[in-house]
Amino acid sequence: MGERVAIVGIGQTDHRFIRSDVNHEEMINEAVSLALEDAGLGIKDIDTVIIDNMDLFEGHYLADGMVVDGAGMFLKPGLKMNTGGTSGATAVATGWQHVASGVFDTALVVGWQKQDASPSIASLVTAREPFYDRGLAAGAVGIFASMGLRYMQETGCEEEHAALARVIMADNARRNPHAHLKLDLTTRDVLDSRVLVWPVRLLHMSPTSCGACALVLANEKRAEKQEKPPVWIRDLETAHREVSVFRGGCVEPQPAVSAIEVACSRLYKRNGITKPARDVDVWELYTPSSWALFPWMELFHICEKGEAWRLVEKEVIRIEGEIPIEPSGGVVSTNPIGASGVIRVAEAALQLRGEAGDRQVSKKAETAIATAWGAASWIVVFFLSKHL
Amino acid sequence: MAGRIGIVGVAQTHYGKRPECHLEDLVFEPVEKILKETGLTFADDGTGIDATISCSQDHWDGWTISSKHAVDAAGGHLRPEEKVAEDGAYALYYAALCVLAGHYECVLVAAHTKESQVDGRLIENAGLEPLYLRMLGMDFTSCAALQAAQYLEAHTLGPADCARVVVKNLGNAMDNPYAQRAEILTETDVLTSPLLSDPIRVLDAKPVSDGACAVIVATEEKARKWTSKPVWIDGLGCCYDRHYPGYRDLTDPVSLKEAARRAYTMAGIKDPRREVDLCELSEYYSYQELLWAEGLGFCDRGGGAGLLHSGASSREGGLPINPSGGLLSGVPVNVAGLNRAVEAAVQLRGEAGKRQVEEAERAVIHGTGGVCGQMHCVITMRRGF
Repeated sequence: MGERVAIVGIGQTDHRFIRSDVNHEEMINEAVSLALEDAGLGIKDIDTVIIDNMDLFEGHYLADGMVVDGAGMFLKPGLKMNTGGTSGATAVATGWQHVASGVFDTALVVGWQKQDASPSIASLVTAREPFYDRGLAAGAVGIFASMGLRYMQETGCEEEHAALARVIMADNARRNPHAHLKLDLTTRDVLDSRVLVWPVRLLHMSPTSCGACALVLANEKRAEKQEKPPVWIRDLETAHREVSVFRGGCVEPQPAVSAIEVACSRLYKRNGITKPARDVDVWELYTPSSWALFPWMELFHICEKGEAWRLVEKEVIRIEGEIPIEPSGGVVSTNPIGASGVIRVAEAALQLRGEAGDRQVSKKAETAIATAWGAASWIVVFFLSKHL
Repeated sequence: MAGRIGIVGVAQTHYGKRPECHLEDLVFEPVEKILKETGLTFADDGTGIDATISCSQDHWDGWTISSKHAVDAAGGHLRPEEKVAEDGAYALYYAALCVLAGHYECVLVAAHTKESQVDGRLIENAGLEPLYLRMLGMDFTSCAALQAAQYLEAHTLGPADCARVVVKNLGNAMDNPYAQRAEILTETDVLTSPLLSDPIRVLDAKPVSDGACAVIVATEEKARKWTSKPVWIDGLGCCYDRHYPGYRDLTDPVSLKEAARRAYTMAGIKDPRREVDLCELSEYYSYQELLWAEGLGFCDRGGGAGLLHSGASSREGGLPINPSGGLLSGVPVNVAGLNRAVEAAVQLRGEAGKRQVEEAERAVIHGTGGVCGQMHCVITMRRGF
């Protein structure tokens, strides 16, 4: 195996609907500067920069080329990764591989989205197969509608439970200064919000946000010199699955095998995680709709199949609960798409450092799972820990 | 570098307009070939390919998250697959780092692009600074024309010097069975072909092309086990320059120099002109072969044309450049850099048929992206048997 890799610097912008005060580079630079400051490093200490952004979403071909000065990439090696909503996590995985290879001591991972400059939904339509799928499941809402509908049919879960999940996320987001939507919601508010595609209502879906997030990764030798305690990326696993709606590609839960379940099973096995709800202290899942939370909890083996909505009903997923999930407020509160995957890892790392402020979970946090999900059920899962 | 990375197998499609192919078909063509040739399969137990790195661009596919075409076709289903959204050389660069990291021991790299289905000029326009340059209707060709003019002016060269590159490369392509465009030309043919953007003419530019290629890389141990003709990757480098062409000295490719320096340092190459036996570089336009040769350290600044005219860069010369015919013979964007690696590996294995260069031990491959070569990737390879 290669070098061990730690997160030594974390920086993110405050995420907003519109950031007309900055251009792409300036917005990215906010996150990069914060991450470097957090790490106590200068841009000279960064050996390579990994960019995560979706060109079509951003409306810019080779978007990495555009932000060279803002991300500190001038005359530095680096590359851009793009796997849709998963991109942020893929970029962290790429940074991890760069440092683990032994070729680079440090890597800066940068993800961003500026949806006030280029609305993502226009290009999201092209994510589907053009002849059959585009008319059925254009964008993300249709996917979560079929997911939610199916979950209700199979488990006895009702709209109220998804609404409660959304309320919990809103409560969490109000404690996160970086979150975009800091709504004071009741389940009634959620149930009264307008239907997009039933059972998905407006408040069930993630917002369109502008924001950036950057991480500094370092090898063990460098990480040990750092002032702040490192958070270790112990292991990661990734899996994708086929694309077409008709082949069951984008609708979870599935009768067929799920990419999430496959990736988790491999990761858990390698790291001796036998009872995830007990062995993992904090979860930063990537749930673009509150309807995704239930199947996700089950596919991550946090609970048995069909049980997730009952756990949510007991409110154990709250910041003070036994199984804190998305204490940051999650993707339904904040979704600068390209940054969202990086934010999941960043937020999990903050929890393990004990630096999550108001949103710090009540239980002792020593291990975390962070993940991002995108495209047609594509997943990258990270296992983070405070100690090696 | 901690360990060596071995190229186990390479495969490519024929290049040209491929209207009969869906994007997935295009990816699957070289993947099927490479699986057949290496006898490897996608495996979860370390006995085959552990992961896939795909390479494509959403804009060119007209499909956001374009690696979807590689999921089923290149072994991504319920398995690790990551997409590098840069030139194909970067995908190989990243795959090599993954093998060094030890998380994967064998990685399939697959790149595809179907240029014929879109208007590339619109895409390139979207790659420029949005407020000023896009409005001017610039694309990569018109920007390259500025670079070409500046370069020729700086070294008192003329379009005829660039035309010699076209004559050489399209002549080389005559022996490349995968080439889309191969012709025995004279300089006059090139200089009288229709003007695209002065001084770049139709024959000075890469044609519109569809195609795909695939490479399998593995740890040294596995490469030795799986092939009797391993090719080692022993140097990796890449680098970014600024975005806005006006902020750069377009006649001095500093990011290429830095990428090359990194790769050569890793590979222990001190004098590339003498130590390198063969180079496959990414000349989207004829002048770029001269400029990139300078950036790669094969000659001094302004010496690119001299290198060409001396015959050193011909297939029979001391440092053959693009014996395959290069990009001018027709290779799609994104596939370009990975195709360079495929061609170099074929040469180092001594399997290049009529386009084989003599005594090839060590090769350098180069990929580039962005306007006027904003970012560059350099990989050094050597024969392992």
